[in-house]
Amino acid sequence: MDAAGAAAGFCLEDYEGGAPRWCPGCGDLAVLNALQRYVRDEQLPPEKIAVISGIGCSSRLPHYVKAYGFHGLHGRAFPVACGVRSRRPDLHIFVATGDGDCCAIGTAHWIHAIRYNMNMTIMLLDNNIYGLTKMQSSPTTGKGHYSNTHPGGAPLTPINPLMTTLSITNASFVAQTVDWNPPHLYATLAAAHKHRGTSFVRVLQRCPHFMSGYFDEMQKDPMLVRLLTHDKGIAIDDAVKKAFPNRAEHDPSDLAAALSFAGDPEAHPVGLLYSNEQAEHYDDFTAQGLGTDAKAKVAAIEKELDRFTI
Amino acid sequence: MPAKEATEEGISQRARLAQVVNQHIVEIVSDSGEGAQTCGQMFGTISAKMGNGVWTVEIIPAEIEPPFRSRAGASGNRIRVGKGVVTNMGDQADLVVAFNEQVLYSRIDDNAIAKGAHILLESKWKEDRLPEIRAAYAEAMKDFEERGFIVHEVPMEEECLKVVSDPRRGKNMWILGMLSAIYERDVSLIDAELERKFKRKGKDVIQKNVDLVRAGYDWAGENVDLRFRIPVAPSDVPMVVMNGNTAVGLGVMAAGMELCSMYPITPATSASHYLAGSFQKVGGVVHQAEDEIAAIGFALGASYAGKTPVTITSGPGLALKTEFIGLAVMAELPLVIVDVQRGGPSTGLPTRVEQGDLLAALFASPGDAPKIVMAPATIEECFHFMVTARKLAESFRGPVMVLTDANLATGQQNFPRPEVKEEWIAPPVDQSPWDGEVRPYEWDETTGISQRPVPGQRGGNYVLTGLAHDEKSRVAYESAINQRAMEARSRKLAALRKTLKTPEVYGDEEGDLLVVGWGSTLGAIEEAVDRLRDEGQRVSSVHLRFLSPLEPGLREIFSKFKKVMTVEINYSDDPDGLGDARRYAQLAWMLRSETLVDVDCWSRVPGTPLAPGMIVDAVRSRLNAPAEIKRSQSAQ
Repeated sequence: MDAAGAAAGFCLEDYEGGAPRWCPGCGDLAVLNALQRYVRDEQLPPEKIAVISGIGCSSRLPHYVKAYGFHGLHGRAFPVACGVRSRRPDLHIFVATGDGDCCAIGTAHWIHAIRYNMNMTIMLLDNNIYGLTKMQSSPTTGKGHYSNTHPGGAPLTPINPLMTTLSITNASFVAQTVDWNPPHLYATLAAAHKHRGTSFVRVLQRCPHFMSGYFDEMQKDPMLVRLLTHDKGIAIDDAVKKAFPNRAEHDPSDLAAALSFAGDPEAHPVGLLYSNEQAEHYDDFTAQGLGTDAKAKVAAIEKELDRFTI
Repeated sequence: MPAKEATEEGISQRARLAQVVNQHIVEIVSDSGEGAQTCGQMFGTISAKMGNGVWTVEIIPAEIEPPFRSRAGASGNRIRVGKGVVTNMGDQADLVVAFNEQVLYSRIDDNAIAKGAHILLESKWKEDRLPEIRAAYAEAMKDFEERGFIVHEVPMEEECLKVVSDPRRGKNMWILGMLSAIYERDVSLIDAELERKFKRKGKDVIQKNVDLVRAGYDWAGENVDLRFRIPVAPSDVPMVVMNGNTAVGLGVMAAGMELCSMYPITPATSASHYLAGSFQKVGGVVHQAEDEIAAIGFALGASYAGKTPVTITSGPGLALKTEFIGLAVMAELPLVIVDVQRGGPSTGLPTRVEQGDLLAALFASPGDAPKIVMAPATIEECFHFMVTARKLAESFRGPVMVLTDANLATGQQNFPRPEVKEEWIAPPVDQSPWDGEVRPYEWDETTGISQRPVPGQRGGNYVLTGLAHDEKSRVAYESAINQRAMEARSRKLAALRKTLKTPEVYGDEEGDLLVVGWGSTLGAIEEAVDRLRDEGQRVSSVHLRFLSPLEPGLREIFSKFKKVMTVEINYSDDPDGLGDARRYAQLAWMLRSETLVDVDCWSRVPGTPLAPGMIVDAVRSRLNAPAEIKRSQSAQ
């Protein structure tokens, strides 16, 4: 718990920004709610929180959190978040992105942000569709599914964001959760924030407007979802256990097993797939020389100028 | 090696023959990788140290390793050495050292060598084992003579072999010695320079280079009858010598910026190379991003968090950055963007100079995205403008574009050593509580300027957005708010313009023709104006440093001249009968719109800096063209 926060005693309203304008029943609301409760429970000072996003339905999230926010460009949340982190080790950074934002237009940054492994929590709110621009296929839209850009059904098998992320060199935290199980969602965000490095959390998120019923099968048939459990995994209580009767013990340090769970066509994994505390942190590199004062800087520049003096 | 005394005697005898010149243009050209550039740079540095003005230009092949003895593969350096300050590369070379006869042709093709120039040519090709090489050499010798060059055959390799076993590595130092004898350079200065340059490589390497320089010096003392004396005037203030990209890098540090976020692109990258080696010492870091977009995005993240950064790029990179530049304008994020212009459009001429990005710098973002655009005109200004740019970015809360070009980036010049001041350095990020009454975009009625809270400041939290927003940064689609916000962002330029001075006219304040320039052409334009005035023409010039907002008082200045003409390194149609279809050069386009004066232009895209002689010819031809046929006559 942050000492300054504890003294101030922040309550939920202290983290509530503008009234959310997502559609009723949107899965994004559950993520917003879990995030606000988590930062309240941790008493993170609002001024020390930066919520950064791209463009899309999910990227509206910063507007609804009372903290510092950056609602930037489509696909570009990661470079902005990395830039914030580069010279500000004191801030708590949460990134909200969507399947179009992260897995289509921002793909290059996705790969590199994971590799940089700078301290931040990424929430990929994956509803398998473009919502804000009104129902175009996204890279995660299921094959054959109708959309306005593919009226005959999406032509290709969707990208698997978990396998993609796990395959990136220096990945350090990869988890999946679902918007319809708030305790697991909360526990996943908590573990992600406490992990030092880039925590990648994919949230399977319902879009009642354009993808109504898309996740019904998963919700109705518990065998289609597999809860990954482990001492080093996401903390779960009995209610979560009960909701996910299909369970498997999985050591999150086992990358090969993580890839196998992530790619299993029989059941969607929920829980911590992979965690590596030993991964390198690019923020250690970018923070070099922080706090050098003006006098020291001028002295160093004078020395540099000596090299060019004739 | 000849006895020391004999050599000195020989040198002093020849010293009597020395021809005194006010300036000389020397070129050293070789196949790529033979070290002509290093030789040229050192010759420039030594000359500057002795108290001459210098301007150096890199001669760069397009490929990293073009084939040997290829006409297109010339690599090297031009060094213009003068009695006083030298501001540009000049016209044609007076003396050229060539490692083979073929590389010389690429310079002949560029019209870079004066008739009557001395050519010091490696003679080993004369006896090459391949008959076609021997034939090519003989043919070229005949041709050079016909062209009016004075060729001196020099057994460079043969002489170097007396000192080192591999003459390909070391010929450049031997030539440096030879040139030092011809131009009466102080060889002890070279020793010191070698000591500094090869410090890390150890004593043996330093000694070998010293020996090579001495051998070349002594050989020329005995065998070359050329002596040129360029009067020196050592400066009474400390001087530095560097290229424009290094000056930008040093300026970034002197401005107190702590982050350079970049992606490799020619000819901008060497600024970041310099910073990468030195930034750590002043508490900064270079971030090499995954692409140009990420480079500026990362920079804007740091800016949002309170540290104004720099991103350094060139034309194609600028194109990729435009969406983020728009966001920086919209969300009012301080940022310094350096565009080291190269030839365009598209990949264009990556290593060559052009001033083709002016309008892109002003307008390349969709919507109305007013921003500050400045252009240093000298290498010294490359340094100082970075300090100004950081301050303007923060004071006016937005991006500042600094346009340099390949000429400034790679050219070296000597200038007074800057006196770095603590107040130039950006202060630490303000983390004091924010007055909750002050909105994050509380736009001043007249200036449009507002103060911004930074993450960490309690009570200042706001959500930055690229969407239209009100003073509280709340997303707003109301028409009145959008109008007001656009106005506020625009007013900042008007406010800055009020603080700018009217530019000074070089030459008389009235006359027949006023040349208007911007950026790296300053030296060439002013030298051209000097020459034209010497022959009695009533010509002056004015040089702009601020392009957005434009400096005030231009219409007033223009009104005193019969004709106003921009000189630029970008494309424009000559006034040869195209009528209204004629497309103007970029500054001319702006000035016509700004002043409603019928501003003419003369511009060229040779891929090289403009030589003063080219400008003289262009001005003469426009002045001499009878009024009635002016519109239909070609510029040259």
